[in-house]
Amino acid sequence: MRFYEYEAREIVRRAGIPVTEFGFATTPEEAKAAAEKIDGPSVVKSQVLSGGRMKAGGVQFADTPDEAAAHTVDVLKIEIGGQMPRGVLVDTKAEVEQEYYAGVVWDGTAKQPVIIFSPVGGIDIEQVAEEQPDKVGRRHISNLRPLTGFEAKEVIASTGVTGSELNKLVPIVTKLAQLFIDYDMTLAEINPIGRLPDGSFIALDAHMDMENEARGRHKKLLAELGVGDDETREAREPTAFELAGEAVDSEDHRGVAGNVTEFDGNLGLVIGAGGGSLTLFDAVRAHGGKPANYCEIGGNPSVSKTCGLAKLVLQKPGVDKIAVMMSIVSNTRVDIVARGVIKACLELGMDPAEKIAIFRIPGAWEEQGFLILDAYGVEYADRSVSMHEAAKRAVEKIGAGS
Amino acid sequence: MSILVDANTTFIVQGITGREAVNLTRECLDYGAGAKVVGGVTPGRLGRDVHGVPVFDTVAQAVAHHGAPIDGSVVTVPPAFTKDAVFEAIENGIKLIVIVTERIPRRDVAQMVELASANGARIIGPNCLGIIVPDVIKMGGIGGPAKDAAKAYAPGSIGVISRSGGMTTEMSSTLTAAGMGQSTAVSIGGDAIIGSSYAELMPLFEADEATEGIVIYTEPGGRMEAQLAQWVAENNSRLPIVAFMAGRFMDEMPGMSFGHAGTIVEGKEDTATEKIARLAEAGITVAEEISEIPALIQAKIDERKS
Repeated sequence: MRFYEYEAREIVRRAGIPVTEFGFATTPEEAKAAAEKIDGPSVVKSQVLSGGRMKAGGVQFADTPDEAAAHTVDVLKIEIGGQMPRGVLVDTKAEVEQEYYAGVVWDGTAKQPVIIFSPVGGIDIEQVAEEQPDKVGRRHISNLRPLTGFEAKEVIASTGVTGSELNKLVPIVTKLAQLFIDYDMTLAEINPIGRLPDGSFIALDAHMDMENEARGRHKKLLAELGVGDDETREAREPTAFELAGEAVDSEDHRGVAGNVTEFDGNLGLVIGAGGGSLTLFDAVRAHGGKPANYCEIGGNPSVSKTCGLAKLVLQKPGVDKIAVMMSIVSNTRVDIVARGVIKACLELGMDPAEKIAIFRIPGAWEEQGFLILDAYGVEYADRSVSMHEAAKRAVEKIGAGS
Repeated sequence: MSILVDANTTFIVQGITGREAVNLTRECLDYGAGAKVVGGVTPGRLGRDVHGVPVFDTVAQAVAHHGAPIDGSVVTVPPAFTKDAVFEAIENGIKLIVIVTERIPRRDVAQMVELASANGARIIGPNCLGIIVPDVIKMGGIGGPAKDAAKAYAPGSIGVISRSGGMTTEMSSTLTAAGMGQSTAVSIGGDAIIGSSYAELMPLFEADEATEGIVIYTEPGGRMEAQLAQWVAENNSRLPIVAFMAGRFMDEMPGMSFGHAGTIVEGKEDTATEKIARLAEAGITVAEEISEIPALIQAKIDERKS
């Protein structure tokens, strides 16, 4: 879950890292008030979750509070990366002598967090790593031993930084690594850290990503930042169709019949499980099919939940037929899924034999499942028909019908 | 032969009284020669039994009851308690831990893995279905009830490693139907940080004389495929590998996660396209469809033999 910059900045401040005076504003009046507090030139920054703000005109400089208010009016109108800004961050325009980079991310191969530091900040760290590899320091940190500070010292020193600069940066980078650990972040980055004319250091911009699975243990922080439980903070906002899918899935706790993502094709998909859905979605596209949605069934959901998901997909505008397909199931029962999708068709006054292009779910309770499908004349396949072959048949059927 | 487990492997089930765990225990007892499930642990349930398996409050009690070190544990407890359960297993001398639980924050997983490494233990998972040696033993829910597992898996010479539990069975079943059995199939889990990656299991398959080739299921997200490609290049492996990559459509949707928690694409190296290129560079054949896998791996095995 990605934080907005104004939230990330607040997290950094709470960790005891110095930040510039800043305020969050959703109206020109609020922006003006924030700029008055700053007492000097300010920067108005669009608050969106995507990058590329500067290029899009989402970052504007102001000499006076009135100018900051005027810029806010403009910035709030600019869509960036498909998102309208949630507000603006009104920030101090700091006089900086040098910019540095500090970040902490997970290394999935080493299975430890890695601290990354560079005395070349303010630009993309990947670019620095490519062009000046000796200016980027990296060091893994233990998952079990508490951080003490030498870890950050080693990383910073490895880039040639020494003297009072080194000693002032160590606590900042240590605190950043500590907050990464404390708040279950998957990314904690300050870029840049600025060195002011008086030799002190200050965080000028921050990016934070918290692991979704850990949100439950940071309820206090999230509540204080005003992050709602229902905010997914995905790359794009969930659609009404996707929210309806979530509602189906939360109907009861048994199994999964959800994880719906909307697409704009004509073939509705009722597919599963995790890996099976990925494979089948690719398979439909590889055979020229246009999926109307992605979804996942797994963990043996109830008939009513499966029915709810199938109904949702069947009713989606533009859907001609649905394909019900999974990899071989061992936990989820074939007969239960068969009952669910047939029930969905019948309740909507549709003919299962016509609406279900193919049913390909082999595995547990398949004999019982196939009997039900036979009774309604639905075309089905066992494991002798591959997932790709099943997808192909579904695509061919929909092609013949349209 | 096999890797990780064989007919003599003893294990416990932590969280044994949960609904899924009760089923899983039944399945393991019924499959092949019948797994040696020597105990189960659920705090507060000492003295009960699950399908004849005695239940204890602590792992230490289970070990004392067994009277000898226990080889493994299948952990199926809620995410908030998994770290504690795994630490308990490790500190009681268990060396092979299969974590079934999903949605564990990765910091917890990383801590478990680090403690396991320090104690010479190995973790499979989390978010996995476990290990199966066809007709011999299954440790975890892999393949489902014994009769279903028997339909999909057959003994043979292909090692299977998969980030998806269900696809482990789909691919193995496809191999079985083509007359190619499996030496051992391992569902390694779909999370961003897991106990054992492809590259970390390869040395075991390399040392297993029964294994002649490897089939893997992969997804976008993470650097695990790059790590495998590097391992293959550096170790002059005797084993040919065929990979199947699902989730190619995700390349068009950066920042979105589908299927498993580990699939979120965060950088260019994580994409399906990039992974396919890396695997191919290392001489790993990437199949377009699952049904092509048996012929592709057979051809590679024949090529190495001639």
